[in-house]
Amino acid sequence: MDKKSVFAESFALDNAAKDIVEIRRRIKYESELDKSFRDKIAKSAHGEKLYGCIQCGTCSAACPVSHYMDYTPRKIIQMVREGFKEEVLTSSTVWLCASCYACTVECPKGIKITDVMYALKRESILGNYYPKKSPASILANNFFNQVLNNGRNSEGPLLVKMYLKTNPFMLFKNMALGFKLWIRGRISLKTERIKDKKALKKLLQSVEDKSIYKAEVNSPALKEASAV
Amino acid sequence: MKYIYYPGCSLKSTGKLYEESLLAVFDALGIEYEELKDWNCCGATAYMAVDEKKAFVLAARNIALAEQQFKDEEEVNIVAPCSACYMILLKTQKFLEDNPEDMAVIKAALKESGLDYKAKAKIRHPIDVFINDIGEQEIAKRITKPLKGIRVASYYGCQTVRPYSTFDDQRNPVTMDKLFKAAGAEVVDWTMKTRCCGASLTGTIQEVALPLSYIILHEAKKRRADVVTTACSLCQFNLECYQTNIDKKFKTDTKIDVIYFTQLLGLALGLEPKKLGINRLFAKPENLFRIMEGGKPVYV
Repeated sequence: MDKKSVFAESFALDNAAKDIVEIRRRIKYESELDKSFRDKIAKSAHGEKLYGCIQCGTCSAACPVSHYMDYTPRKIIQMVREGFKEEVLTSSTVWLCASCYACTVECPKGIKITDVMYALKRESILGNYYPKKSPASILANNFFNQVLNNGRNSEGPLLVKMYLKTNPFMLFKNMALGFKLWIRGRISLKTERIKDKKALKKLLQSVEDKSIYKAEVNSPALKEASAV
Repeated sequence: MKYIYYPGCSLKSTGKLYEESLLAVFDALGIEYEELKDWNCCGATAYMAVDEKKAFVLAARNIALAEQQFKDEEEVNIVAPCSACYMILLKTQKFLEDNPEDMAVIKAALKESGLDYKAKAKIRHPIDVFINDIGEQEIAKRITKPLKGIRVASYYGCQTVRPYSTFDDQRNPVTMDKLFKAAGAEVVDWTMKTRCCGASLTGTIQEVALPLSYIILHEAKKRRADVVTTACSLCQFNLECYQTNIDKKFKTDTKIDVIYFTQLLGLALGLEPKKLGINRLFAKPENLFRIMEGGKPVYV
C-alpha cells in the first residue's frame, strides 16, 4: 500500500464516525490571530497572572454554568492567550459568567478568572462584538447609563427598559411577578436619584481616560509576568 | 462603636425587608448606626463589565463619603449588608492599595469633587459585626424566643465570602450557623452554602438561572431544612420569588421558606414580624411560625 492510500483508508470514515470526528470549527491561520489581545487583557485589573495558566481545568469544574457555555473558562483562557479575539469576544461564555468567583478562589495559579471575564465583557462592548439582543449585555449597558445619570440603580425602570429592548414578551411574562413585588412595596417605577448627581456625573466622566486598557504591549511588568 | 450604614440600591427596593429587619436587629442589640449621606450605587457587576475605572471611582466615592461623615470618629466601619456592595467596596480598596498609579488617578478625581479618599475605612458585613463585635454569647443572652426545633439551612451566597474571606471560611462558612446555634436552632450541614443562585441571570437568561436556584432549594429540602436564610438581596429574591416558576419548570415541589438571616434572628430576639418586613415576603413563612409555636411543619 502506498503512502497515499494508507492515509485515505484511515480517514475513510463511515457516516456515524464522521459525525463524531469531523472538525466542525473553521481552521484559523496564525496570521489571523491577534497576539496583542492577550496582553491587553492581561494588563487590565487583576489580569496579570493570565500567562501562568497550566490548563488544569479547575475553573471549568468549579463554574456552575460552564456546561451552558460555548467555550468553558479553561478554553477561554487558552483562546485569549492564543489570540482568538473574535471567537472569545462573541462567545456566550463572557455573558454567562454571573461573577460568583468560584473559579478565582479555586485556581491553583491564582489567576483572577472572574476579572478576566470582566475585561472580556468590556472589550466585547468597546469593540462592538457583544450580542445585540442578549439581555445580559443590554442590562449591563442600561445599568451603567442609569447610574451615570442618576447615581443610583432603579430596578423597576431598569428591567422594563431591558425587556423592551430585547424581548417585550418577557415583560408580559413577568408582569405577575412584578405586580406581586409592587403590592409588597418591593419594586416601583420611580427613578432613584442622589442629591449630588451632577457632581457624580462629572466625577465619573473625569476618569474617561481608559489608560488601564491601552497598555504598552512590551512593558517590563508584562514581560516579568509572562516569565512566571 | 458607631457604624456607618451603606444600604445600596436593592435594600431600598426588592430587599426592603432586609433593611427593615437589619435595622430592627441593630436597634434590639443596641448597635449604633448612621446611614451614609448621599450614597451612590456601588456599581455591582454591571459597572465592571462596562468601564473599569468608573467602577472603581464609583465605589471609592462611597468610601470617601463615609470617611468624611465620620471624620471625628476613631474608626470608620462601613456596614454593607448587600453582598455585591460589600464585595465591590472591598475589591476597590484592595485594588487601589495594590495599584498606586490607579490610586493616584482616583484620588485626584475625588479631590476635584471635594472628597478625600484616605483608604482607612473598614468594610464590614453584618454577620461579621454580629459574630465578632457583639459575640455569640451576648446574642444568646438576648434571645427571648429560641428557635427550638427549627432546622436552618444557612445560605451565604457567592460574594459574601468570595473572592475575599475577611471573616469566614470560603468553602464552608460557619458564622451564620453560629448565630442560629446561639439562637437555639438546629443548623443543617450542607454543601450549597456558597453555590451560585443564578444572580442577575434570572432576569436575563432564565434557562440558565432557574436550574441553579432549583439545585439549592432541592438540596435544602432533601436535608430536611425548615427554612433557608440568606444574606444577599438577589439570593433571597431568586430563591423565594421564583419558586413557582421553578416548580413549573422542573415539575417538583420546592416550597420552602426563604428569609433573610436578620429576619430569623429578629424573630428569635422577640421582635414583631411586621417590624422585620415579614409581610413583604411572597408567602407567610408558615412552617417557621408553626414550629416556633411548638407545632409540626406543614410542608416537608
